[in-house]
This record gives sequence, C-alpha cells and structure tokens, in this order.
Amino acid sequence: MTAIDLGIPGLTGVPTTDEKQTARDYKSDQEVRWCPGCGDYIVLNTMQSFLPSLGLKRENIVFVSGIGCSSRFPYYMNTYGMHSIHGRAPAIATGLAVARPDLSVWVVTGDGDALSIGGNHLIHTLRRNVNLKILLFNNRIYGLTKGQYSPTSEEGKVTKSTPLGSLDHPFNPVSLALGAEASFVGRALDSDKAGLTSVLRQAAEHRGSALVEIYQNCPIFNDGAFDVLKDADEAQRRIINVVDGEPIRFGREGEYCVVREGFGLAVAKSADVDASDIVVHDASDLNLSFALSRLSTQDLTHTVTGVFRRADRPTYDDGVRAQVGAAKAAKPADLSKLLHGKDTWTVVG
Amino acid sequence: MIRFAGDSGDGMQLTGDRFTSEAAAFGNDLATQPNFPAEIRAPQGTLPGVSSFQLHFADYDILTPGDRPDVLVAMNPAALKANVGELPDGGILIVNTDEFSKRNLTKVGYDSNPLEDDSLEKFQVHKIAMATLTIGALEETGLGKKDAERAKNMFALGLLSWMYHRPTEGTERFLREKFAKKPDIAEANVLAFRAGWNYGETTEAFAVTYEVAPAKLNVGTYRQITGNTATAYGIVAAAQLSKLPVVLGTYPITPASDILHELSKHKNFDITTVQAEDEIAGIGIALGASYGGALGVTSTSGPGIALKSETIGLAVMTELPLLVIDVQRGGPSTGLPTKTEQADLLQAMFGRNGESPVPIVAPQSPSDCFDAVVDACRIALKYRTPVLFLSDGAVANGSEPWMIPDVESLPDLTVEFATDPENFQPYSRDPETLARPWAVPGTPGLQHRIGGLEKQDITGNISYDPENHDKMVRLRQAKIDGIEVPDVEVEDPDGNARVLVVGWGSSYGPIGAAARRVRKLGLPVAHAHLRHLNPFPKNLGEVLRKYDKVIVPEMNLGQLALLLRAKYLVDAVSYTKVQGLPFKAEELQDVLADVIKGVSA
Repeated sequence: MTAIDLGIPGLTGVPTTDEKQTARDYKSDQEVRWCPGCGDYIVLNTMQSFLPSLGLKRENIVFVSGIGCSSRFPYYMNTYGMHSIHGRAPAIATGLAVARPDLSVWVVTGDGDALSIGGNHLIHTLRRNVNLKILLFNNRIYGLTKGQYSPTSEEGKVTKSTPLGSLDHPFNPVSLALGAEASFVGRALDSDKAGLTSVLRQAAEHRGSALVEIYQNCPIFNDGAFDVLKDADEAQRRIINVVDGEPIRFGREGEYCVVREGFGLAVAKSADVDASDIVVHDASDLNLSFALSRLSTQDLTHTVTGVFRRADRPTYDDGVRAQVGAAKAAKPADLSKLLHGKDTWTVVG
Repeated sequence: MIRFAGDSGDGMQLTGDRFTSEAAAFGNDLATQPNFPAEIRAPQGTLPGVSSFQLHFADYDILTPGDRPDVLVAMNPAALKANVGELPDGGILIVNTDEFSKRNLTKVGYDSNPLEDDSLEKFQVHKIAMATLTIGALEETGLGKKDAERAKNMFALGLLSWMYHRPTEGTERFLREKFAKKPDIAEANVLAFRAGWNYGETTEAFAVTYEVAPAKLNVGTYRQITGNTATAYGIVAAAQLSKLPVVLGTYPITPASDILHELSKHKNFDITTVQAEDEIAGIGIALGASYGGALGVTSTSGPGIALKSETIGLAVMTELPLLVIDVQRGGPSTGLPTKTEQADLLQAMFGRNGESPVPIVAPQSPSDCFDAVVDACRIALKYRTPVLFLSDGAVANGSEPWMIPDVESLPDLTVEFATDPENFQPYSRDPETLARPWAVPGTPGLQHRIGGLEKQDITGNISYDPENHDKMVRLRQAKIDGIEVPDVEVEDPDGNARVLVVGWGSSYGPIGAAARRVRKLGLPVAHAHLRHLNPFPKNLGEVLRKYDKVIVPEMNLGQLALLLRAKYLVDAVSYTKVQGLPFKAEELQDVLADVIKGVSA
C-alpha cells in the first residue's frame, strides 16, 4: 500500500491506497433496516459504488450522523462511523475534522435533524467552512417518529401532529445554506444515480463545507413527494440541471432556459429570447447561486439540480491547524516555564 | 484583611490584584476573593454597581479570604453602604470624600451624610479627598481632569502600600508595562500611586502602620494563581503528560470564560480552542476530537451543563474520554452569574436520562485546581469516560500562593490506542479498569461504528436484547464504581474528636479555618474534605461511622448530605447557606462549637 497525494484539494492530507476497492468493501456486516422502497437504499448504494473511485484508505473515512432514518447510514458503511445525537452531527464532525486532517469526514443528516433541531450547528458549520461533506436527505417528513411534518414540509400539510394542516412555512435548504455563505452547495435526486454521483464527486473534491441536498422519497409517510420529478415527461419541464460555465437550458432539446428578471431569474422559452440573454452558470457567483436557488419552488414547478455554488475560501480547520502549527514553531512547549510565569518567590528552609 | 470597594468602573479589581501581587512578592501567605456585579458597567454610584476585592494576607498559612475586613477602603457612598456592615468595631475605614455629594448619597438612600453624623464613630475613619488629591498631584502632567481623576484607585493603593510597608517597585513596573502604549497614562498612575504613599507618610492622620512578616510556608518556589488559571494550566499539563493534543470546545459563560482565554494563549502546547456557536456544539466538538484521539475538553457553568447533558450521555454510551468543567455559580436558571454556589452536585451526579454514571472531581482551593484537573484527566483517559470537574466561582476567581510543582513529579498519563486487528472488538474491556479500547479512525482494520444506541456487550453492535441492556447498564456503573481514588484523609490533630465535619470543593478554606478556631477553644473536631464525589473514596463509610455526629456544611440545600445519607445510612446533618458568597469561618465556628457542645453534653 502506498499513500500518495492526489492533488485534490478536498482530500489533501487523506492517505490513499492503490489497492483496488469495490462497492462490496464498503458494505458493513450489518443488515440494512430501512423500510422497503425507501430512497435511502439508493443513496447508500450510490455512495458505496462511488467511494472506491476516490482511492482513499477506507480506515481514513468517517461517517458521522445525527438521529433519524437517514442517520442509520454509518452502521451500513464499512468505514469508521458515529451515530450521534439529534442535530449535533455537524458539531461532533467539526471536532473530528479539526483534530484530524488525515480523515475524510462525511455527515449524514435529514431535514428534521439538520434544519430543525440542528439548524444552528448547520449554519455555523457552513459559515466557518469546516472541511466536511454534509449529505442532507430531504424527504419533507419526520419518518422515524412516524410521520409528523418537518421544516421542509409544505404549508397546510396534514400529518398526525397537524390534523388541520401545518401552519409552518418551509425552508428552502439550498437558499438557507447559501445564506450562510456555504462554499459548496449542490442538489440531486435519490433516483438519479449519475447526477448524484457527479455532485458527490465534486463535493468530495471541494475543500471546505459541502452541503448536498438529496431529494429522497419516504414511501411510508410521504410517498410520492417527488414523483413529478421522476416522471420523464414532467421532469424535462421541471428539472433545471446546472453546470458551471454553461448556459442554463433544460427541457427537450433545450426548449427552456433561464434569463435575468429584475433582481432574480426567470424561466423562459429558448425560442423567445436572444441566445445571449440566456444566463451562463457561474458557481463562484454567490448572487447567481442564490437566485438559482429561488427558482426552485416548494411545489416543484421548477427544481434546480447540480452544483449551485463552488467557491474557494479558507477552511476553519486548516486555519486552526495553521495557528497551532505556527505557535508550536515559534515557541517550545516548556511546561515548567509556563507554570512559573513571571512573578515567583522562593521560600528557603 | 483589606477590602477595596468602589464603583464597578473604579478599578477595584485591579487595585486588589496589585496589592495581592505586592503581598505575594513579599512572601506573605494570602487568599483573595473578588466580588463584582454581573453587569459590566452597572449604573454608576448605585448599590448594584459596587465592586469589591478582599485580600487576606498574613505571616502564617491561611485558608480563606477572610470574613470581615480590618481595613475597608470605600470609594463612594454605595461602596460604604454595601460594605460597612461587615467592618468590625474599631476597624479602619478609609473613605474617598469627593464622591459624597448630596446626589450620590440620595442615590443609595442616605438621608444625611454618614461622614458628618455619628453613625461611623465606632470605626477609625479617615476622610480623604482622593480624587482632589490625585488631580492635584497630576496637575503638572497636563492630563485632563477626567483622566487624572481616574487614577484615584492608584492613590488608594499607594496609601495602603505605605500602611503595610509593601514594596512598590513591582507596582510601578506593572503600571508602566500595562500602559506601555500610553506613557502619559502610565506616568499619571505612577504619580497617583506615589501621591497616595506620600500622603500616608507626611500626614499624621495615620498613627500606626502595620508590618506583616513573610509567612513560614513550605520550602519551594511559589507564585500567585487563580483557580481558573490553575485549571487551564492543569489541562496544559495533562496534554503534556498524556502526549495528546487538547481540543477545547466551549462557549463563553461567566465565570468559566477565563479558562478559554487562558488556554487560547497556549497553542504551542498543541492546544486547539474552538469558540463554538453554543454550549451543545462546544461539547460536541470536544467529543468529536476525543473520538479522533485527542483529549476533548469543554468548559462551562451550570446552565451550560444543562445544555450539554445529552452529549455527556453520548460520551457515557460511547465510552470516550472527555473532561467537562463546570465552574458553578448561583442558580437555578441564569441565577447569580458572578456569585458562587455548590448547587450543581446532584446535576453532575444525576442530571442525565437513564443510568448515566459520571465521575466527579472537585478542587478545594484556587491552586488545588491544578492537581484536581490533572487527576480528572487521568480518570477520563484511563477509564474512557466523561469526567465532571466541579469548580465554583469562589475558587475560580479567588487566588492564593501556589507552590509550583516539579514537572518531573507529575503523573504519567500516557495512553495506548488500539492497533491490533486480531480479534478486535470495540466493546471488549480491560479486566482491571473495565475500559474499552480507544480505537481511533485512521487505524487500519479496526473500522467500527459507535453511537448512542445500546451496544451489544463486546461487539458494540446495536442491541435491543433485554438481558444485554441490563448487563451493559451494570457494566457502565461498575466501571465508574471501580475507579481508583485515594482514601479521604481526616484532619484531627488531637485525635479525640467525636464530631466530624465533611465538606467538598471550595468550602475547604472556611471549614478548615473554623475547625482551627474551635480547636483553639478546646473543642476537638475532625475535618474530612472530599475531592472525589463519584466514586467516593473507599474508606469514606468507615470514616463516617467512627464519629458520633457528622455535619456537612454546603452552599446548597444539602446535596452531599443527601448522598452520604443515602449511600452510608449515616445521620449526616446539613448546615446550608445559599447567599452566593462563601461561608465565613466565624459562622461555621459557631455552628461547629454548638454541635460539639451538644455531643459532649
């Protein structure tokens, strides 16, 4: 086994191996216990198929989760893992990432875990830009507690806890992450293995916090929440997949496109606008990324997928280590000297 | 015993600190107790805005910052009103008359000027226009009146330094260093300090001065240290002794923030400090770092412990080392942030869901924080468990001389990480300590998953098996119960005491001083002080049963007494006070004397 630096910023410091890995290597011996038909299965399989391509030593990968259905994820990965407490995975993962530059740290969380009980940790982790990859499984419902509305459920949703309809206005997780100035934000559908793999790869390669929202179907408590995006005919009118540096067109043969309107963006028919008016995606432009996030509506009339934002900015954990490193280089760790301080006196016998 | 009292903007803490340094440099034994409002700048001249600093120094070893000052320096009417009640008859009262305007007197409810009526006649009163004299002394510096007037605390310090024959070079040097960037202010403070000294020397108002000879302390090198600094140093030492990096995840809270401030200065010892977004994130970061093989530490006060409880439970379940520092303050809720209390003992002991045992270590004095925190780290690392360190506002902010330990004499805290994949099981146990292996990410072949769900014995897999849960609950308890802690020592110099006084934490000083006093009255008493509150020392039951009467003074409503009664079936009697202030030796003296007399009768 050798460890070589692949020169991928997001994975700098994480030892690699030239041993061939397969998806099977990443499957733990634990029986997977999600409900039949749960979107989590597809995401797990996608992850297990994708990770070998990074060529990292398996023991240097850690999955940290909170509480919820998706948070069982670490038990099924044959890596290191911690199934922690509700909402706190980003905090625990921050401590791990700060202490250990040689680890690739992934957080698995859901809409309740990340956006409700753990909302504070999520925004602060993104703001600090800790080198963590956060997978937010959004099924727009509380599954493990058996079907209450979540912070991404639509207004008026009738659930066990809201028999007269929910009064809560939902979060748009991508807008929230961009509001916290996350340096990487992407979105994919559980059922789109190629699209999800592409976003996961870019997230892994990015140095800093990467938030990936994954639309995930809960077949028991919120079945079909994303069905309109899974019907081929509907999907081509609704899904706007963005690629950095390319004009934003979608639909059959690029029938539709995205243009500027006021302070934001709007969808137009490509035939009705000048080609030069079609917005070219620039993942380093925060304002553009945010405007794109607003094109996605709760009712899924339009949903943007792909990488909204990818920008370089210093990461918190690298900064912390640089300060400690500089202090160690500048001043020897002389405990006796520290304990003595400046003013001492001696009592003699 | 001297108390400086003034407005919270008058610089009383600084004045007290400097006088302390002078006393320390002179070789006196000492103990200090600051007392300040929660507001950074409470309304000027009001009772809630009074800030004070008490210093007890002597030529013998002393145990407490003292009950009542011999000298009270009152910088304004509010400071006088708030403190004069504690000045004993015949005590020296030095008053800054400049602040005794009708408006200021009315503000604190004085109908007439106490300096002009006979209400203070039982004291030796010195009325000094400190602000006027300070401004006069600084006239030639060209400094504005307002700036000049602000140096009046140094005038007071100069005067006291003269009264007690303190060396002055240290203070002058300190002032020049502190105001290095503002040399005119530095000079003004030095001049004010000298003016105060000269005032004492030239006026004949002060008939006597006092000489306090150096104390006869044990041979060694000493420094002055506060509890929070000693705590931080203990953590630095633990990092060195264990050869582990430290990650402190924390959130600012009174009175624990100084631990963060201090540790953030010592990154060269491989110490990372993270000021998190909240208390929960603070401990989460610490636990995540411990999972990664660092020594995770979090520091807070009572309300923060409430927020951290769930993560402490996770650390109990995942059996990872973690140091949790609670600098107790008055509660419940926000309570009395700047005042002291010992009322988090039961929270530390039981404040989590489920059977969630956690070792508890409590320091007994400011300097003792160092040894106590090193011991807390020993337990955390050896037994792979969160440990609660119960300091409090009195030890955290109080100071005393500390005999600096020889680094070579400190215990070895090195740990062994699991590395061997052969038969590795995440929840196998060391037969002696019952600790599980510390298998950190990055170790080849040891990949495993841990978490808050109940673990199957040995494998660590999720288990809902009833028998297994019962077994694991008992195993976690047995691990904590089996932690090695030293026997409690009993101080009973006469050897014939029938009454035992048991304390824990910062009440060591007042209880010890009270015990000395009653022994001097010919009343024998034994004193046992607990550093380890969970598990208790193995000999504690035997010690308790030896005495006819056990009395337990606490700054709560009897939390240790409850534990002692429950565990040992002894009729421990509580003496409690929850005023946000440490016990006074004189009150405990009365309490102990009554109990002893009752027993002998």
